[in-house]
Amino acid sequence: MSTLSEKTEHGKKTNKVKETLPAYFGEFGGMFVGELLVPALEQLEQAFIESQTDQAFLTEFNDLLTNYAGRPTPLTLCRNIVKNPLAKIYLKREDLLHGGAHKTNQVLGQALLAKKMGKTEIIAETGAGQHGVATAIACSLLGLKCKVYMGAVDCQRQQPNVFRMKLMGAEVIPVTAGSGTLKDAVNEALRDWSANYENAHYLLGTAAGPHPFPTIVREFQKMIGEEAKVQLLKQEGRLPDYVIASVGGGSNAIGIFNDFIKEKNVKLIGVEAGGKGIDTNQHGATLVAGTKGMLHGNYTYIMQDKFGQIQESYSVSAGLDYPAVGPQHAFLKETGRAQYVPINDDEALDAFQSLALNEGIIPALESSHALAHALKMAEKVTEKTVFLVNLSGRGDKDLAHVNAIISPETAEVSPVKHRGEA
Amino acid sequence: MTNLNEQKESTVENTQLGQRYAKSFATLKEQNSGAFIPFVIIGDPNAEQSLAVIKTLIDAGADALELGIPFSDPSADGVTIQMAALRALRSGINTNICIELLAEIREYAPHIPIGLLLYGNLVFARGLDNFYRDVAAAGVDSVLIADLPIRESKPFRAAALKHGIAPIFIAPPNASDDTLKAVSKYTQGYTYVLSRAGVTGVDVPEINNEPTTTSAEQLIQTLAEYQAAPPVLGFGISTPIQVKDALAAGAAGAISGSAVVKIIENNLDNSTVMLKELSQFVTEMKAATLS
Repeated sequence: MSTLSEKTEHGKKTNKVKETLPAYFGEFGGMFVGELLVPALEQLEQAFIESQTDQAFLTEFNDLLTNYAGRPTPLTLCRNIVKNPLAKIYLKREDLLHGGAHKTNQVLGQALLAKKMGKTEIIAETGAGQHGVATAIACSLLGLKCKVYMGAVDCQRQQPNVFRMKLMGAEVIPVTAGSGTLKDAVNEALRDWSANYENAHYLLGTAAGPHPFPTIVREFQKMIGEEAKVQLLKQEGRLPDYVIASVGGGSNAIGIFNDFIKEKNVKLIGVEAGGKGIDTNQHGATLVAGTKGMLHGNYTYIMQDKFGQIQESYSVSAGLDYPAVGPQHAFLKETGRAQYVPINDDEALDAFQSLALNEGIIPALESSHALAHALKMAEKVTEKTVFLVNLSGRGDKDLAHVNAIISPETAEVSPVKHRGEA
Repeated sequence: MTNLNEQKESTVENTQLGQRYAKSFATLKEQNSGAFIPFVIIGDPNAEQSLAVIKTLIDAGADALELGIPFSDPSADGVTIQMAALRALRSGINTNICIELLAEIREYAPHIPIGLLLYGNLVFARGLDNFYRDVAAAGVDSVLIADLPIRESKPFRAAALKHGIAPIFIAPPNASDDTLKAVSKYTQGYTYVLSRAGVTGVDVPEINNEPTTTSAEQLIQTLAEYQAAPPVLGFGISTPIQVKDALAAGAAGAISGSAVVKIIENNLDNSTVMLKELSQFVTEMKAATLS
């Protein structure tokens, strides 16, 4: 009886079955939100599906990516940082994208979707401030009102990005509830959206959250991997052995992984925030050390106590300081297609300085986690190995923070001991 | 499109489902009255005081109780409820203690309908079957999960029905006809009708001229057509006039959460005043249900 009604509920009797996207990756994902937000998410899903065959939409998106944001981004072979002659590290230079990180890609996509849906206002959350900055950029360009929720602690850690957002006309709202970091900013953004979904689009900043966000964000970030593959084939004549990316919510990682998932000989490694060590309770390594549960609209891996209360995450990098992770990464871990490892604060800070010193590139602290793991592996390889690392963002936003950590007694940048020299 | 409303999910084993609600609503109807249902977070501000708070609500005339198990990240609630949840958690409350307190409340008031309102991860963490079994054993009548829409609800409904718990679903003001049909089909005991969009408690109207009940009236009529369980109005209800309006709009009752929790928040250092004000508030709100 109930089976029968379930069938009719799914539209067997209707003439036109609406096309939908899969809401789950294995057991992970879903749309766990109040009934109130379901219509807004389903509207977004429909708008996205339509956009994928809408030539005007695709043309405008590609035009913005090329002529405004600066795609394709280069692929750079590291010249000096790798001491082992058998290892090569290529950096996918999302740090050179307008806005300073990969975030701009998908923000432009979602902002165009918002316009397509007739929304006039954008609500966003931000951790490191990179997504907030990217959102402010897109809103300024496309004439949308922009409200960004940011944890009060993160506002302190990322002052320059707060100023950037304000310069571009965004309203930045510090969130003091809870721990005052990214998860609390997400809660506030969801609350705002619950009241204003008719005119506002919630522009979620990573490949997490309720369906359809994990899918939409991946689709608007997948050019990272597609470009890198073509570039690497041209420059190196073959596919990489490893694709390595940092994972907070997981958007830069899924963006570079996606086109390589089908290449079975390419190993995929996601690098999480090990913070002060995963044996302490101060880290953000959700896939490495978390358990299955539900937060912010999807079933995935999260950091929680045995009763399901969410635990605070920690990382030197605000962008990796999140106690959940995108559901597709949970699925890639579960199926063994990708491997997830922690890199702690110190290792990331070393890689940050090392890349600056050896290659003249200052990476974001988030990307420094991916780089640190690649450097660790590169030291040990005994046969020719090609690493593709997603340098997802630039480190300008982190300068004051890193300076305060490595030379707390002075306000100026002083010479630092470099790992390779030690 | 389909006759979703014709088949409730009840089976022979759970014909007792939501019986306390049914009896309560029937009695109230005879008295030409409606239900006043206060909401608090279990364990706010701590286990002992919370028990005194809940007993006070019962003694002051609450027709049913809506009780929350505290969650660290209540994204469908406003700041008042979030702070209450964090107070409770800081005092050491967890789901086990909540269930023990629920059993005590049930013992204190054997006939009052008790509904739970919580977030899905607390249910996942205990395991669906364990959760519904344990709250059923404690004497809970219904469970509403704030972040569980109909489209994700199947395994939760199955576990609820297995253990004789009425699953409650929300009818929001923006719902499609199909959603309202599904809500009517699956909600048992009562239907939680949202008086407006947004989260709990924010923009609580100062006084009566906020038209929170106009869209509700339409919604309640539609739910009646689909033979949904009795509609109870919630979100932003803080004054006796709003209770009157809710009943006039066709609701069988009204839930007031943030306004009740605010009284606790305002009197954390004076338990006597807290209980006195709570009692007074419930008495006034209940009086508004008697026409």
